[in-house]
Amino acid sequence: MALNSLGREIPDSYAGKRLVPYRDAWSLRPEGAVAARPVKRVNPGEGKRLSSLREAIEASGLADGMTIATHHSLRNGDFLLNRIVAEIAAMGLKGVWIASSSVHPVHAEIIPHIKSGVIAGFQCGVNGLIGELASRGELSCPIVVRTHGGRARSIIEGSVKIDVAFIAAPCCDEYGNMNGYYGPSACGSLGYAQIDASYASCVVAVTDNLVPFPAIPVGIPQTLVDYVVVVDRLGDPAKIVSTTTRVTTDPVGLQIASYASQVIEASGLLQDGFSFQTGSGGISLAVAEKVRNAMRKGFIKGSFGCGGITGYFVEMLEEGLFSALMDVQCFDQEAVRSIGVNRAHQEISADMYANPFNAGSVVNRLDCVILGATEVDTAFNVNVNTESNGYLLHNTGGHSDTAAGAKLSIIVAPSIRGRLPIVRDRVTTITTPGDTIGVVVTERGIAVNDKHAELKEELIRRKLPVKDIADLQREICRVTGTPRPLEFADEVVAVIEYRDGSIIDVVRRVKE
Amino acid sequence: MAAFKLRRSLLYVPGNMPSMLQNIPIFNCDSVIIDLEDAVPLAEKDAARHLVKRFLLNYTDRNKELLVRINPLDSKWGYEDLKVVLPAMPDGIRLPKADTPEIVERLDTLLTEFEEELEVEIGRFGILPSLESALGVINAVGIANSSERIFALAFGAEDYTASMEIERSRGGEELFNARTRVLWAAKAKGIQAVDTIFADVSDMEGLRAETELAKRLGYTGKCLVNPRQIEVVHDVFAPKEYEVEYALQVIEAIKRARQLGTGVIALGGKMVDAPVVKRAARVLRTAYAHGMVDTLIDEEEIHGAQ
Repeated sequence: MALNSLGREIPDSYAGKRLVPYRDAWSLRPEGAVAARPVKRVNPGEGKRLSSLREAIEASGLADGMTIATHHSLRNGDFLLNRIVAEIAAMGLKGVWIASSSVHPVHAEIIPHIKSGVIAGFQCGVNGLIGELASRGELSCPIVVRTHGGRARSIIEGSVKIDVAFIAAPCCDEYGNMNGYYGPSACGSLGYAQIDASYASCVVAVTDNLVPFPAIPVGIPQTLVDYVVVVDRLGDPAKIVSTTTRVTTDPVGLQIASYASQVIEASGLLQDGFSFQTGSGGISLAVAEKVRNAMRKGFIKGSFGCGGITGYFVEMLEEGLFSALMDVQCFDQEAVRSIGVNRAHQEISADMYANPFNAGSVVNRLDCVILGATEVDTAFNVNVNTESNGYLLHNTGGHSDTAAGAKLSIIVAPSIRGRLPIVRDRVTTITTPGDTIGVVVTERGIAVNDKHAELKEELIRRKLPVKDIADLQREICRVTGTPRPLEFADEVVAVIEYRDGSIIDVVRRVKE
Repeated sequence: MAAFKLRRSLLYVPGNMPSMLQNIPIFNCDSVIIDLEDAVPLAEKDAARHLVKRFLLNYTDRNKELLVRINPLDSKWGYEDLKVVLPAMPDGIRLPKADTPEIVERLDTLLTEFEEELEVEIGRFGILPSLESALGVINAVGIANSSERIFALAFGAEDYTASMEIERSRGGEELFNARTRVLWAAKAKGIQAVDTIFADVSDMEGLRAETELAKRLGYTGKCLVNPRQIEVVHDVFAPKEYEVEYALQVIEAIKRARQLGTGVIALGGKMVDAPVVKRAARVLRTAYAHGMVDTLIDEEEIHGAQ
């Protein structure tokens, strides 16, 4: 057991691997070369089509203890991971690891297979019931939570080895060329799957929309794909990229958005060449709307919008407010439509998006990112993984990556959530270190990290309600009272890996 | 001259809703009117006034003006409202159905009695009478002069149209005479005038048009039913850049004039004298509230040293 630099107790090893405690966001350096995989040869006349998932699993050589991966671009509409795990179970395999780009509530179907030992653990974060059961001690399987960029890093540097990648391919030909733009399960960008396709030992494309060769545009090329399987449906179209992307009408949310947009204007970043990322939540979109109006008013021509892309950003691109969108993942149908028709709407891999260990990722070029939080502490550390009940409920996504990359990272959150104060002495779980957070915006005030002293002065000059984060906390606690701390057992149910692979925190079993 | 108080936006908050009361500190409206009258069902009248009292007692870092709309004084709740709420020190009382000067005088007397009992300065509690019937509008001048506590007259179109047996339209043509009469009474007395609410919270264009009309006529603020309306109203009442620029020039000019020993000077071919300076000062105070100028103008600059 060792303390990392943020004071969290980190075990020496987890799931058979030695852990490196987090020290800071910048200094850990990679060593060695990128991971290798088998060299292959497919001769003229040889086909790749197989008739079923079972046949593909057999052909891939998947064996006990190996690692599989899927992408989460179909989000909560995905059928593929559940079907593969059911097939693996039927084949009698045991101890298989899942290294998908994310696991969603729809994948709760896997739970019986975790209990029976078919699935050994997760080399990725989980959303929903799996994490909750693990937190309550009702499910025993290691979970290594990674950021989007951190997952790409772990695969490329070889610390996670994917044996078989199953790639849901919304538009695919019989030789394995694919894209996510068209078909009944269209999901837009295949940014996460690009990594899997390049580094997995065996790559299986699974499609419900086989098109005549060649499937163009080529998102993932035939040269990386070993097998092609056609299934009736990849997912439920009503739940694929179905995020509701509407600007909030809640006055508290709008107040937060108004402050956040004023922070951006005061930062001096909002000028020609501005680059910007927001999530798809109602407050984030309200900030985007205000920024959009400010750009129109000031005749500002932005550089790019980034991240999970919403229809809102598509409109900004089409209006000329951005010259490009850098899209690792589409959040709604409007984004899917756009990426299929607009050359300025660029698909990027998770490596290019956010990996800290390459020759420079897109997040390094971000001016400003708007992020959420379940909790923030007085050292600006942010939690997005666990809720105030201590349960592991959310994956990290690009949170820590963009916070580290952007010149200015802004957390937007209501000061009170479910009667609890959002600002704590210590967050339950550290997802993103306070050193990479610029500003925390709540409806009760704006807290600025000391490293942005100039911005702080400017906000005060503009008469915005700038408060010391400890004062903000006291003010909120006067309304809510101070919550009793949660009690945790020693048992570690998940580790939270920072983007560079060091361990920033662990999630322990909740004592109930 | 009493200290200038900006009142562009007066937000109604129901007095029986703890979740909304606790958000009062966060909205950047100029005033809040906590409602014990129409928003509160009969069964909750008693609970609401105690809730409001608790909230006011806990709200120590006051960052906006706090008014309480009590029930009418001739109802069985009005007096009790005052008795419970005044010890928690609101800034003033919004008096509904202020149809005659006598009604306001009665409130004035009650407030004086409470001030004596609470041992606070006489005149501490202000009055914002609501002119919201044909009778109230006709009596506007008398009402404006009925108490020195009155800092503004408020026009209430919903009850007014009901008393007129007419419908309120989006354009508001039917309100024109009443709006103007309330305004004259306020201006004649030298106090502010506050326009009625705009009920459709999803119609921001309609709100903007009505607020622009009110501002053009001479109203200094507007009552709001939802915090989302604050931004539009402040935007309308914000001085234009060129107005601020001109006002600054006027103040500079009058300072020069004073140095020359006169109260009149030409600026860009136009005469600058006391009324022009007064208007410029008003623009600059509003501009200060909007963060458009950095310093608040002091009285000496406007009126000259004595």
